[in-house]
Amino acid sequence: MTVEASTPVFTAFKTARPDQWVKGVTGDWEIIVGMEVHAQVAANSKLFSGASASYGGDPNSHVSFIDSGMPGMLPVINKFCVEQAVKTGLGLGAKINLWSRFDRKNYFYPDLPQGYQISQYLYPIVGEGELEVESEDKSTIMVGIERIHLEQDAGKSIHDLDPDATYVDLNRSGCALMEIVSKPDIRSPEEAANYFKSLRSLVRYLGTCDGNMDEGSMRADVNVSVRRPGGELGTRCEIKNVNSTKFVAMAVAYEARRQIEILEDGGSIDQETRLFDVKTGQTRTMRSKEDAHDYRYFPDPDLLPLVITQEWVDGIKATLPELPSAKKHRFINDFGLSAYDAGVLVADKEFSDYFEEAAKGTDAKMVNSWLTVELFGWLNKNGVEFANSPISAKNLGGLVKLIQDGTINGKIAKDVFAKMIETGDEPAAIVEREGLKQTTDTGAIEKAIDDLMATQPEKVTEAREKPKMLGWWVGQVMKSTGGKANPAIVNDILKKKLGIE
Amino acid sequence: MSVSEKDVRKIARLSRLAIQDEKVPVMVDELNGILNWIEMLNEVNVDGVEPMTSVVAQVLPMRDDVVSDGDQQAAVLKNAPKADSGFFVVPKAVE
Repeated sequence: MTVEASTPVFTAFKTARPDQWVKGVTGDWEIIVGMEVHAQVAANSKLFSGASASYGGDPNSHVSFIDSGMPGMLPVINKFCVEQAVKTGLGLGAKINLWSRFDRKNYFYPDLPQGYQISQYLYPIVGEGELEVESEDKSTIMVGIERIHLEQDAGKSIHDLDPDATYVDLNRSGCALMEIVSKPDIRSPEEAANYFKSLRSLVRYLGTCDGNMDEGSMRADVNVSVRRPGGELGTRCEIKNVNSTKFVAMAVAYEARRQIEILEDGGSIDQETRLFDVKTGQTRTMRSKEDAHDYRYFPDPDLLPLVITQEWVDGIKATLPELPSAKKHRFINDFGLSAYDAGVLVADKEFSDYFEEAAKGTDAKMVNSWLTVELFGWLNKNGVEFANSPISAKNLGGLVKLIQDGTINGKIAKDVFAKMIETGDEPAAIVEREGLKQTTDTGAIEKAIDDLMATQPEKVTEAREKPKMLGWWVGQVMKSTGGKANPAIVNDILKKKLGIE
Repeated sequence: MSVSEKDVRKIARLSRLAIQDEKVPVMVDELNGILNWIEMLNEVNVDGVEPMTSVVAQVLPMRDDVVSDGDQQAAVLKNAPKADSGFFVVPKAVE
């Protein structure tokens, strides 16, 4: 079997749109960004050992002798992790390599007990693909994916427990990471943040990574360089371990500005690894490339080549869920939502699942507005996570159904909504209990109107002269019926009785 | 292919090995001896021969994703020169 080694030569063909250019003292500059995102595979156990891959735990309690680098231990690969890498690749429309290989990446650090990381260098499991990303002008750009490879995570060093020592916890050591490498197709801080966001959304849809940034399940290394629009590529700097979409945008903006200032002062950029400081919003040197990148890769003699079959890949492909971009287009076409609304809903699988359940058999646009305006608004205001929403999808859908079939009007619906938040009860039960049912009984409405007209004859005359007074009358009738009258019926009867068109 | 004194010093540094200065020329000779000997393999014609990845043709065996190991903090830390509160303790290593 002949397999071609992956030796990427990065080029940046695309020139940024002029609105994305950064103004300098000496002219315009273009930002070029490529990203390496590390996404931890949502597995129970580690890539090459049977120790738990779950977050937390007592220090060094999720550690096998393989993870602690004991001599004589043999790594055995986790099939589920391979499957998740393939699945992620398929989600990115990427080429799946049926033959791939693990190499040792050698470097010394206390949280890497083996003295090397098992990674894939020349022969990654996933090749080229692409991801749809929104640009800041709302247009869609395609960001190329160079590759995805599987590798081990390192342990965790803690520097602040002792002034003279570093504490090491190997619980994370050996957990499976998918390193997703983009092509340098990103041209602005916003695009970089949106790329990260779209990738997170994708892996969460696929279920291959939980996307939990607080627990470090997704981290980005951001490569930034600047050049004259369409000109020669500049020297890049790599900003390590950025762990939120907001920080990705801030790091790119800061780093581009820093490089432009150096270049405009006649200086040159040193290729180096930098850290993003979340407190100051700045990047600073972490290490120069001199020694650090002499990793002396070689094939891991403990591991045979990873060979998978096309049948297996096809089987995984058959289980792929609907992906965010396809779902967005479906929401626009089937539910008549705007591209913006559809984008908000599909950004998170939890949102779109909730929406689809709530919208079953009722007015989808109305559900969207109750969900994104009323419910999201309340959750935001009260700092409640969406997962802990007091209103279930079924109940929100139920509320919209009650409005649609005329049981309650929109105004009463807001009161019912508030009660639903308070009690978590079904809307129909609340309406029944509180007697909030809309009155469509024309006799009762007529009687309420007759009573009002009898007590306020002067307003009757006024309304006959000034038809705009109708609104005031509707308000009065609604008030006297406790807000339960059907406003359309009230309107009709009032017009008839007052004799206005 | 051969290595120079500079190469040997660099490899030693990357491997965190301390080599005394007077040992460097000795190491250069020894390593070059090994490299020359291995170079004999270049005399073999391997045109059209696939690189061998295993003595017996076989592929990577895979295991199921179940937790079957770990939960042995004391054993993991047993050989550590220094440990505290369940952590390995090493000289300060801050970047």
